[in-house]
Order: sequence, then structure tokens, then C-alpha cells
Amino acid sequence: MEKDISAIDTLKDIKQIMERSSRFISLSGLSGVAAGICALAGAWFAHPFISGNAPAGKEDYTYSTLTIGDIMEHPLFTIALLTLCSAIAVAFLFTWLKAHQNKAPIWSAASKRLILNFCIPLVAGGIFLLRMAQMGYFELIAPGCLLFYGVSLVNAAKYTLGEVRYLGYAQIALGLTGCWFPEAGLFFWALGFGILHIIYGAAMWWKYDKKS
Amino acid sequence: MKNPIENLNKVFDSRIRLGIMSSLMVNEDLNFNQLKEIIGVTDGNLASHLKTLEENEYIKVQKEFIGRKTNTTYAVTKTGEKAFKQHLDGLEQMIKRMT
Repeated sequence: MEKDISAIDTLKDIKQIMERSSRFISLSGLSGVAAGICALAGAWFAHPFISGNAPAGKEDYTYSTLTIGDIMEHPLFTIALLTLCSAIAVAFLFTWLKAHQNKAPIWSAASKRLILNFCIPLVAGGIFLLRMAQMGYFELIAPGCLLFYGVSLVNAAKYTLGEVRYLGYAQIALGLTGCWFPEAGLFFWALGFGILHIIYGAAMWWKYDKKS
Repeated sequence: MKNPIENLNKVFDSRIRLGIMSSLMVNEDLNFNQLKEIIGVTDGNLASHLKTLEENEYIKVQKEFIGRKTNTTYAVTKTGEKAFKQHLDGLEQMIKRMT
């Protein structure tokens, strides 16, 4: 028995175990930076395919004249999908590396809970936005992405580093503002998914990862 | 003044038992492997400490089948929660006395 452990050390142990077992704290700041760069690259490639706020060549579509097939055939959809996949891949890579370094399991009760609670608003929003695209409400797609992503972050913040909440608030504010600037959809999108991710990621890296 | 040591629980003298209780306090239930990951101990070691906690009725054990495999999950009992909180109070009093 370790009678000589001071009460403070014991409390530190308890706190650490409680955190480790209830929150997924291996989220790396570099994941945010890398995902932000992917988003900026995606916005750059998407730029020529957007006229006004609608996918090029689909400006006149309204109210259910587009099929899901039409949407998926458009180059914007491919760009969006590639951007999403590369952002998830690089974000996962840096977080995996950090978890590995900390000898923390990446697939634990905590990470599963984080992913589940992050995905519920995100998937609901994604389906909703797909339906909006189909109905021709293109001007609300970019703000909608920011809004639902922000809500997902706020929801997920309870299960990981609490600071994620502030990134969520910022994305929500940006998404709501964007609703009134439909012509600047891509600009707001790049600002939220690109610049905010990079700023947030850099700040988190500075705070948590720099030493190691 | 009451001696703060009285509030400290002998059962929680062990770091591993304290670790088990801490993680179960913030999770509805955990299975054996999850506990092993969180606390980082060997099977035999963890099992014996779980046994002690179970004998004190601080945790309850639930066995269920997933297919043919058994999945044993652990959760804190009301008694365990109370004892753990009292232990924390004891630690707090000790710190207060030191400063």
C-alpha cells in the first residue's frame, strides 16, 4: 500500500482517470490545421464550378427538378467528397499519432461516444442539405454546412477537449451570418472550414501538443 | 475536530481500486477490457481488485452474452458511490489541514 502518497497526488490520479475514461482527449491540434488546409484546397478547386451561389450549369433549377443522380454527377459533388475524405483522413492521422504517443486507445468507449454524438447532428444536417440542394436552395447550402457542423461540435465538446465548443460557436455564428450573404457562400465556407480550423488547430497545438 | 483519516476508506488504499472506482463513477458501466485499458494492469491483478470491490458491494457485476461470448460489465452501486464520495471528502479535509 502506498500510504505515503499525498492526498493531492491521489486526487490528481482520480481526476486523470476520470478524464481519460470519459473524454477522448487525444484530439490533435494538427488535425485541425490539416483539415483546414484540405478545406481551403477544396474551396480553391470548387471555385470555377460555382456561378453566383449555384453549381455551374444548374443555376435555373428550382423545386425538385434535380435528381440525386444530377447532384452526384456534378463536378462539385466529386470535389466536395474528395475534400471531405482527405480532411477526415489527415485529421484522423494526426489524432491517431497523438493517441499512439500517449499510449491511449483510439477505439475506446470515449472515442465511440465522441463520434456518435458528433455524427448525430452532422448526418441529420447532411441529409437535410442534400434535400435542399435537390430542391434548388443552393444559397443556403454553404451556411447550412457551417451551421450543422457548428452544432455537431458543440454537441461533441462534452466528450472531448472542452475547447471544441468555441470552434462550434464560431462556426454557428459564421453560418448564421452567411445566411444573409448568399452571394458569398463559398467565401464563408472557406473562412469557417479553412481559416477557423487552422486558427483553432494552431491554438490547440500550442496549448496541448507543443511540449511533446 | 474530527480526524479526517476516519473518512478515508481502507478499501481505496490501493491505486488500482481507486482507479476502478474513478472510472466507474463517470461511466454508466465498463467491461473488463475497457477497465484494463484505462488503468493499465494485468488481467489477474485487475480481477483480484474487482473481487475485493465486489465483496464490499461497491460495484455490481453483470454477465451477459454477446453471441456465444460472455461480456462482463461492472458498475458502481449506491453504496460504492457513497463510499467514494466520502473518501474524496476525507482527501479534501487532509489537504485543508496541510495548508
